[in-house]
Parts: sequence; structure tokens; C-alpha cells
Amino acid sequence: MSALLESPPITARSTEPDYVRMSSLPFVKLKHVSKSYGFGQQRREVLKDLNLDIARGEFVAIVGYSGSGKTTLMSLLAGLIRPDFGTVMMDGREITGPSPERGLVFQNYSLLPWLTVFENIALAVDQLFPNWSKEKRQAHIEQYISMVNLTPARSKRPHELSGGMRQRVSVARTLAMNPEMLLLDEPLSALDALTRATLQDEIEQIWERDRKTVLLITNDVDEALLLADRVIPLSAGPGATLGPAVEVDLDRPRNRKTVQRDPHFKRLRNEVLDYLLGEGARKKPHRENVAVIAPRDEPSASRRQPFVVSN
Amino acid sequence: MNERKFRGDWIVLPFLGIVAVVVLWAISSKTWAPNLPTPWKTWEVSQPYLMKPFEKRGELDQGILRFTWYSLILVAKGYTIALLIGTPLGFVLGMSKMFAKTFDPIIQILRPVSPLAWLPLGLVLFQKSEPAAIFTIALCSMWPTVLNTAVGVRAIPQDYLNVARVLNLSRMKTLLKILLPATLPYMFTGFRLSLGIAWLVIVAAEMLTGSPGVGGFLWQEYNSLIYEHIILCIVTIGVIGFILDRLMGLVERRLQVAKA
Repeated sequence: MSALLESPPITARSTEPDYVRMSSLPFVKLKHVSKSYGFGQQRREVLKDLNLDIARGEFVAIVGYSGSGKTTLMSLLAGLIRPDFGTVMMDGREITGPSPERGLVFQNYSLLPWLTVFENIALAVDQLFPNWSKEKRQAHIEQYISMVNLTPARSKRPHELSGGMRQRVSVARTLAMNPEMLLLDEPLSALDALTRATLQDEIEQIWERDRKTVLLITNDVDEALLLADRVIPLSAGPGATLGPAVEVDLDRPRNRKTVQRDPHFKRLRNEVLDYLLGEGARKKPHRENVAVIAPRDEPSASRRQPFVVSN
Repeated sequence: MNERKFRGDWIVLPFLGIVAVVVLWAISSKTWAPNLPTPWKTWEVSQPYLMKPFEKRGELDQGILRFTWYSLILVAKGYTIALLIGTPLGFVLGMSKMFAKTFDPIIQILRPVSPLAWLPLGLVLFQKSEPAAIFTIALCSMWPTVLNTAVGVRAIPQDYLNVARVLNLSRMKTLLKILLPATLPYMFTGFRLSLGIAWLVIVAAEMLTGSPGVGGFLWQEYNSLIYEHIILCIVTIGVIGFILDRLMGLVERRLQVAKA
């Protein structure tokens, strides 16, 4: 392992990714985005100066520590919250609120427990396509249920399903909305390793078929490398920011078994890990605890210094 | 240890409990409480009311279930008003922090007030005994519905609301498709507790207003010195209250399953 970490850094990679040169207008653009929570001394900067361009049809994965602000970033893109500074744009327009154009798959599935699989998806489809005939909507729903292999469970309620099945319903609900972009917020992090692998394959198949723009947020470097065109590490908070992007130029479809032994895959993984464990690492252990008592911490204390001086 | 040895324990054990209390009652009436009618005397005197439960022999002399029926109707009226006012009030309290801050203290002050205190006010307001009784029942039984509904609305996971936002559901649709079903299990717990209180209040209300019903009958028989009927009324009130609670509990449990 140490030998791998000491391997020479990849310098041949161009600093400008291909898509930037190909298209002058990225599909999604984050410009100097910052977001903080709390007020006064409790104020805690979650995201600091994020810049990100995503091309249409691209599959981008963001890898980061838990608690580093990944979900905050997702909520910004979904339009559920607004940034304090900077802009989030999609298709040349600023994102000002949530919209079915950006289909969000929640970490904890967010299925409505009193509705069946079919009804959960129908809630979205009926709302978004009111002009379709009843038969067309019905067929549309059934199509997405069968796409995630849940037809036998179509009349079951979420509490009768396993975690993997619930996440499938959630994915099907989002896909049935025909979004222009898919936002996957740690969709598989609550699942066991085997179910995770199966669903990763399903996500890749679905993406290969539709070629929708996808942003995946995960804490699993392998998952990111297996699925994405580009992997971007997110440094540990507070004040998390994006590290250097890593282009994943592995041929598709990627086979999880062979890819693990591929030296290039290992090199890419180390590149991401080097940033996450080095420059982008958490400053202190037990950051979660530190966050609560942030005002008494060194960085915050130094921030307050001018206050003291001016007095 | 071996509590599950025999299968009928759910019926046998409660029966033994009842027998124990009846024995204690019999001993008491024979020793330190000579005014307390014995169990068999109570049975004897209550028989015409129990065996012909729906008979009407006169305004104040009717079968016990007939009296119960009058009481239930009165409870139903007051309880319905309590739900109609309490549920929306709970929703507003749960949704608006400002509203909750404004009205929570006054609710906490009004909540513990006894029905015996509200009833005279009802009589002053409405002049007649029946509306006064309904007023008291509604006012006293409303609070569990109000508070549980508010708790239920506050407990709705942010995720459900995010689903509504991503889908651009209108306010009305969010209320009907998300808020209402998500709150229903909590609401129903409130409904059940409210019904218990409504039934508790009826006796006090009937006693003070003298309207026909189990409570009114109880008070009248006390004045006529027929103490056996007091016990008959107590047992009836208890059994009816138990049945009402169980019925609500059944519905509630169905909703809890849907919540899980």
C-alpha cells in the first residue's frame, strides 16, 4: 500500500478537461458557491468557494467524508436551499427552487409509507404529466417498476420491502419523472455490500441507456470510479471545497471484478485518496465533536481576533 | 416463569381478577362499610334494568342501555365538535411556529380545567342544559386532539416535504397527499384520548344538568337512596368506556402499521 501511495503523481493529465474545450456552455455550472449554517458565533461554513462544470450527458461523482457537506451540495443543486454566495446554474438559467427537471434520489429513499410502490411512483407521474391519458400514465409507471425489477412488489408498501428494494422504488420514481438531470445523494450508502453492487450495476445500465446527466455523491471511491466519467473529491469540512478532478478513462461497461486488478484503476483510486487523505483531509480527529464547540476552536478564535482588537 | 402454560390465560386471568375484586367488595360491605350494597343485592336490584335494557317505564325509570344510548348521543355531539375544531387547530399549531408560541401557553392553562368548572359557564352562555353539556364535552375533550395533531405535523420528516417541493405540489395537494396521511396516526391517538375524556365528562355533565343518561340516572338513584344502582351505573360507564377505547385502538393500530 505504501508503495502505491509513493508512486509518482500523474502529471501527464491535462488540467483542462475535454468537455470544457468541447462546449463553451456547461449544462450545470457552480460558480464560487458558499453556504453556511447558523448565526453569530455558531455560524459554521459548510461549503466554501465551490466551482464545478458538468457537461450534458456526463456522469460526475463527488467523493467526500461523511459530514463534509455533501448533502448540502446536493440540496443546492436540487434547489431546496439557496447559496449564500455564488450561483448555481442549469442550462444557462439560475436554479432558484426545486424542480422536477432535476430528479433527486434521496439517501433515505423518502418513500411515503402509506402508499404502495405503484402509488408512490403514481404520485409523481400524475403530478407531472396531468395531460396524459390514464392508460398512458399507468403504462409509464409499470414500465419504470419493471425497469428496476419490482413488478412482483408493485402493490407492497415500503415497510414490506428491503432497503435495496426501497431504493429501487426511489430510483424508479425519479426516473419516471423524466428529469433532465439525476441527482443521486449517497443512494446506496445504507445498503449492504452485495445489494450495493447489484444496484451499482443497475444504475450504470440505466445511465448507459438514457445517457442522462448524473451527479452522484458518495463516500465510496470505488463506487465513484466504477460509475463516473469524472470523480471530484470534496475536502473535509468545515469550509469544504472541491479538489482536483480525476478523469476516469476506463472503458465501459466496467466489470467490477477485473477493474479491481487494473493498475490504471488503482492509480486513479490513489489519486483520489491522496487528495482526500492529504490536502483535503479533516484538520482534526472527531470533527463532528469539534463542530459543536466550534466557537472555542482555534480557527474561529482567530476569526474573532479582529473583533477583540477593535475593542 | 411458565406463564404461557395454558392457552386460555387471556380469559382466565382477567376473570380471576374480577372475582378477587368482587370478593373484596363482598367482604367490605359485610365489615367496615355497611352502607355498601353487597354484590348479590346489587345484582338482584339491578336485574330489571339489565334484563330489559331498552325498556322505558317512565322518564327516570328506563333500561340501563337506553340511558347509555342517551349519554352516547350527547357524547357524540360534543366529541364531533371537539374533532371539528381540534383537528384544524392542531394543524395550524403544528405548522406555524408563531401561532404555536402565541397560543401554546393559553392552551396549557385551559387544558387542566375540570369539566365541573366549565359547565356553569356553559349554562350561563346557553341557558339550557343540553347545549351546556355539549359545550363542556367539546371543550374538555378537544385538547388531546389539538396537541397530538400538532405533534404529528411537527414530526413529519423533512424528506416528505422535500418530495412535495421537488414535485411542485400545490399547497392543497401537499396538505391532502402528504401532511394529512403523515399526521393521521398521531391524529388518531389524539382522537382516542379525546373520546376517553368525552366519556369521562358526560357523567359530570349529566349529574349537574339532570338530563337523562347514565350520569343523570346515577345521581337520581343516589338521591333516591338506591345505592345498588350507583354501582350498576359505575360498572356500565366503565364497560362502555372500555369498549369505546378498544374500538378506537383497533383503528389506531391499523394506522400505526401503515406508518411503520
